[in-house]
Amino acid sequence: MDHINQPARRDFLKGSAAVGGGLALGFYLPGASKVAEAQAATHSPNAWVKIGTDNSVTIMCARSEMGQDVYTSLTMLVAEELEVDVNKVKVEFAPPAEVYINALLGGQITGGSTSVRDGWEKLRKAGASARMMLVNAAAQQWGVDAGQCKAAGGSITGPGGKKVTYGQVAEAASKLEVPKDVPLKPVSEFKQVGNKAQKRLDTPAKVAGTATFGIDVRVPNMLYAAVAMPPMIGGKVASFNDARAKNMPGVKAVVQYSRGVAVVADSYWQAKKAKDLLQITWDEGPNANNDMGKVWGGLKEAASQPGAVFREAGDADSAMKGAAKVYEATYELPFLSHSPMEPMNTVADVRADGATIITPTQFQQLVPFVVAGATGLKPEQINVITTFLGGGFGRRVEVDYTIDAAEISKAVGAPVKMVWSREDDLTHDSYRPGGIYTARMGVDAAGKPVAYTYHGTSPSISSRLFPSIVKDGIDPFAVEAIDNFPYAVANHKLTYQMHDAGITPGYWRGVSHNLNCYVVEGFIDEVAHALGKDPIQYRIDNLEYEGEKHKWSGLSAGIAVGGRMKTVLEQVRGKSGWGKKLPEGRGMGVAVMEGYNTVMAAVVELSVTKNYDVIVDKVTYVVDAGPVIHPDQGSAQMESCTIYGLSACLFGEITVKNGGVEQMNFDQYRVVRMNETPKSIDITWLPAAKDQPPGGLGEPATAVVQAAVGNAIFSATGIRVRRMPFTPENIKGAMA
Amino acid sequence: MNISFNLNGKQAAVDVAPDTPLLWVLRDTLGMTGTKFGCGKALCGACTVHLNGMAVRSCQTQVGSVAGQKVTTIEGLAATHPVKKAWVALDVPQCGYCQPGQMMQAAALLANNKRPSDADIDAWMSGNICRCGTYPRIRAAIKAAAKA
Repeated sequence: MDHINQPARRDFLKGSAAVGGGLALGFYLPGASKVAEAQAATHSPNAWVKIGTDNSVTIMCARSEMGQDVYTSLTMLVAEELEVDVNKVKVEFAPPAEVYINALLGGQITGGSTSVRDGWEKLRKAGASARMMLVNAAAQQWGVDAGQCKAAGGSITGPGGKKVTYGQVAEAASKLEVPKDVPLKPVSEFKQVGNKAQKRLDTPAKVAGTATFGIDVRVPNMLYAAVAMPPMIGGKVASFNDARAKNMPGVKAVVQYSRGVAVVADSYWQAKKAKDLLQITWDEGPNANNDMGKVWGGLKEAASQPGAVFREAGDADSAMKGAAKVYEATYELPFLSHSPMEPMNTVADVRADGATIITPTQFQQLVPFVVAGATGLKPEQINVITTFLGGGFGRRVEVDYTIDAAEISKAVGAPVKMVWSREDDLTHDSYRPGGIYTARMGVDAAGKPVAYTYHGTSPSISSRLFPSIVKDGIDPFAVEAIDNFPYAVANHKLTYQMHDAGITPGYWRGVSHNLNCYVVEGFIDEVAHALGKDPIQYRIDNLEYEGEKHKWSGLSAGIAVGGRMKTVLEQVRGKSGWGKKLPEGRGMGVAVMEGYNTVMAAVVELSVTKNYDVIVDKVTYVVDAGPVIHPDQGSAQMESCTIYGLSACLFGEITVKNGGVEQMNFDQYRVVRMNETPKSIDITWLPAAKDQPPGGLGEPATAVVQAAVGNAIFSATGIRVRRMPFTPENIKGAMA
Repeated sequence: MNISFNLNGKQAAVDVAPDTPLLWVLRDTLGMTGTKFGCGKALCGACTVHLNGMAVRSCQTQVGSVAGQKVTTIEGLAATHPVKKAWVALDVPQCGYCQPGQMMQAAALLANNKRPSDADIDAWMSGNICRCGTYPRIRAAIKAAAKA
């Protein structure tokens, strides 16, 4: 487990000073570093770089690796300026510390497609700062000016053929002043960033089967916990009988904890078998009778409220009245599960004087605080170690399972690995909220939009997780891809109504982009077809090129991006073969979106069978994401988003009955498999404009592909499906 | 009860209940954590290993049933195996969690079918779920491995 060691505490302090720009939250966790104080013979110019006297170079990865490639792409940014070969460095996951806070999210969180965006300057400066200190140390040793020295390949050369390795000057360098002014090399001089041949640094371990995920962690004297949690959302344990369970082989203890009952045993299977014998009476809680009739009924009732206005211009109501023609459509979107392949788990070792929590988390900074709350320890007594994550998709921003494991470990007085079953995972997720969305558009006699209203009703995720960012009835993570509505309509009014449906809402890859992009892009498509216009040309003709700064979508470009959208739409028209003659039952659909400051257009080509099964054959993307640090893995993220989005729009739906989630495993929560994977995912990357910063890539295509599929189904069948997922039942249901 | 079997070319002996799934014997008793737990119901393929060369779901294979037989896990698939080499060459894994199961499934395919078509790959690999969506690269890697 050498990749989950931690840097010494003094390093963070120094690093904080070196790269402290833009830190939003002031957490500093002095106890989070006991593991590596003992590490000898490494020296740290700052919090990101450790250099051994043996010339080993270690770069800290402060974001969680859940497939999206931060392990390599962030390391490339540091290595580029540090002047070391990224393929020769070691990577360690960083502990919680102020210096590692993600300035775009205000916490040490991996999410929001922000890792590269946040690290773009910061990590290159960290590398450059460390390199300058190493060079200064060498120059001092030689008594020459630093300007006469040059760093390359982990060594420094000076006048007269002088040469030292980084390891030889690392100790001296770590004692020097941290440079204040850290110039960065121009993009044109990059040797590693943007390298198309670069491989992922974590592939060898993942292919060998030796990469350590949370579920793989083993510590001395560790016991295993299987848990029984209330089947209904918001339920609690009323009473339980463990007479049979506690007499099963290997069982060490049966303990009640806040959320349920845990059986702790010598092995997981023993714990699981005994857990199945527990007899538990549940206090069913406030959602006991919740079902989909109530969920949709509640959403519909809430949708009749006026909601809060998040964007408005002109007078939409009177312009609508004066329009030559008015179109309106209402869309219903389901709740979805994250379902990463690695079920939730955590290893917790809670003792009287401190705790170690080893966990696959997207939010390591929060763990010490919640575990402190659960155990009575102080946050600074809690050591957090992040492992590889077997998928995240937003599920692991939640820290519920670390709390559970800590409570169980404390109760049994031993280190415990708590492992959820797939059923636990599916029924105790935080779900992509469903919602009801109504869009109206008035056009003039020529078909030009003159009025637009949009009313979204859905549960608010941030009200539960980060209430301080919810203002005036608006959750910023409910209005993505609509706050930045991309079409020019002089009179518009966009509103949001939050509503608690009794199903825990959570951040899910792309968050509200998925909801709003489908509606915005589905509806503009409907209007274009109704007017007899080409859907791509109609979009291009009505893009907004300038306007007020967008108020709510904090992770988006924040301004109108009509020019960028025009380019991707024009290019995707050519690349996809748009307009070609298609056989019966086959169709093409387009969608365009800006999210995370990435602009992309997608064209989906698909077939709808006689039985109304949708077969997606090809997806063509044109992407304007600025500079892509690790191009091959930029493409991998596009492929990943595509499959994840297809799982959602073709099959995904979480339902509740008697207050609990009905889908228990992958037979009931269907996801895309190999045979449903498009034969072609074609991606064209636009070159970065001068000084264009990177956009996010871990999420946006998830939303775009779903909207394009809906539009392609219309193209193939003439059926406009306004209720997801696009199952045969919902397609047939939309024919009426 | 003592159960012994051949694991990756070496003899392994465990003292566990014979109805214990092979998956948990590998992971907890023997510390071989390369084989992953995904669903516990043979629905996702993350736990795929070879039993006498055949791909099986270790979550549904009782350890008592493998006594005296030959089990191969991801740790026992040689680093020089064409599947592992192709997976590295094409950077197939993202999160990587399902990949041991994917590779074991793919290796069993190629052992029986030297030149699988797209349809063969679809049919053979559709029991293995990848939530990161590495399917296009898995497909390409299987073809690359077939040519090796």
